[in-house]
Amino acid sequence: MPSLKDLKTRIESVKSTRKITKAMQMVAAAKLRRAQDAAEEARPYTERFAAVLTAVAQSAKGSDDAPLLLKGTGSDQTHLLVVMTAERGLCGGFNSSIVKMAKAKIEELQGKGKTVKILTVGKKGREQLKRDYASLFVAHVDLSEVKKLGYANAKDIATDLLARFEGGEFDVATIFFSRFESVISQVPTAQQIIPTPVDAEAGDGTVYDYEPDQEEILAELLPSGVATAVFSALLENGASEQGARMSAMDNATRNAGEMIDKLTIQFNRSRQAVITNELIEIISGAEAL
Amino acid sequence: MADTMQFDLVSPERRLASYQAAEVQIPGADGDLTAMPGHMPMVTTLRPGVLKVNGPEGAKDFLVTGGFAEVNAEGASILAEKAVPLGEAKAADLDPLIEAAQAAASEATGALRDMADKQLADLQALRDAVA
Repeated sequence: MPSLKDLKTRIESVKSTRKITKAMQMVAAAKLRRAQDAAEEARPYTERFAAVLTAVAQSAKGSDDAPLLLKGTGSDQTHLLVVMTAERGLCGGFNSSIVKMAKAKIEELQGKGKTVKILTVGKKGREQLKRDYASLFVAHVDLSEVKKLGYANAKDIATDLLARFEGGEFDVATIFFSRFESVISQVPTAQQIIPTPVDAEAGDGTVYDYEPDQEEILAELLPSGVATAVFSALLENGASEQGARMSAMDNATRNAGEMIDKLTIQFNRSRQAVITNELIEIISGAEAL
Repeated sequence: MADTMQFDLVSPERRLASYQAAEVQIPGADGDLTAMPGHMPMVTTLRPGVLKVNGPEGAKDFLVTGGFAEVNAEGASILAEKAVPLGEAKAADLDPLIEAAQAAASEATGALRDMADKQLADLQALRDAVA
């Protein structure tokens, strides 16, 4: 049975924890708004881009001299998994669910005898993957210094990926991130980015005229497509992270509240017990006289 | 034929403009071109330059540093890598790009060298236009 003093300090400490989680929840809510706005601002570009890319790529895919980025290297022996997570923890299952998905994929690919390489974006994913797969790491991108995600960040990552692809380091690249559905639901997602996937069904079959020519346009369009995919994944991830943190902190605040109530009842009860005890002592002392 | 067409200017970070325009002058990689309603479908890459839009709401100019333009009979969508209204653009913003282009040009050889030189020249011309 904890003493009254113990209980009191306990209650105080839970109260300050609640204050912290409450503050974090509010900060996450504000950041979530900003992240969502950024994701929304980027959507028109991504949509228009996808439309153009599909139109151009569909007409080029069949030809033999299509760029490697489009038709692939012809093998799928070496896979590069780009695992995007947050730089910070305390956001519920956000990081672990992405890592879990990546791990399942690693096991699956290794089971098939493929070579797997890992590139991580965000500190948390690296920490979790490093335990089991340290030997598969090829690089890590640190975004902890980045205050506001810009297209430039995505472009840097894409440039690095493309250089590795040109260097023949891998055949297929897949990004892992969390798609933002709502504040309470973020869905871990795997998306292939190299070679560029082309939806054969989409598009209205418009025949475009190309200037300078199709080849040169593709040579610019495909790398930009990789950057765009990375950028939208980063933005989705940013919004998901804040959403996950917000609901995690909301839960923590509520739990702390419940804990305080429980401890307060226990405190009151022990205090009453002490008082009763003292009374009994006084009365029995008086009776003995 | 319609007098106006849908004009969209988007960059990865935000949508800059979306309205009806009568004509759009695009700085294409192979030279300027003007898109008007009913244009045949085409896709072109952009060079660093000034995008001029004429419409019922008056003329507007934007600075773009590269990207793509998709034109069809109903509209023109400009997918710019980076775009700012010309009034807000500052010559200093272009300096890092010029430096990068200079570095690229000095390393490149052959046909790549020509492309890099062209990119550099375009950027410098653009900088002069802004300043």
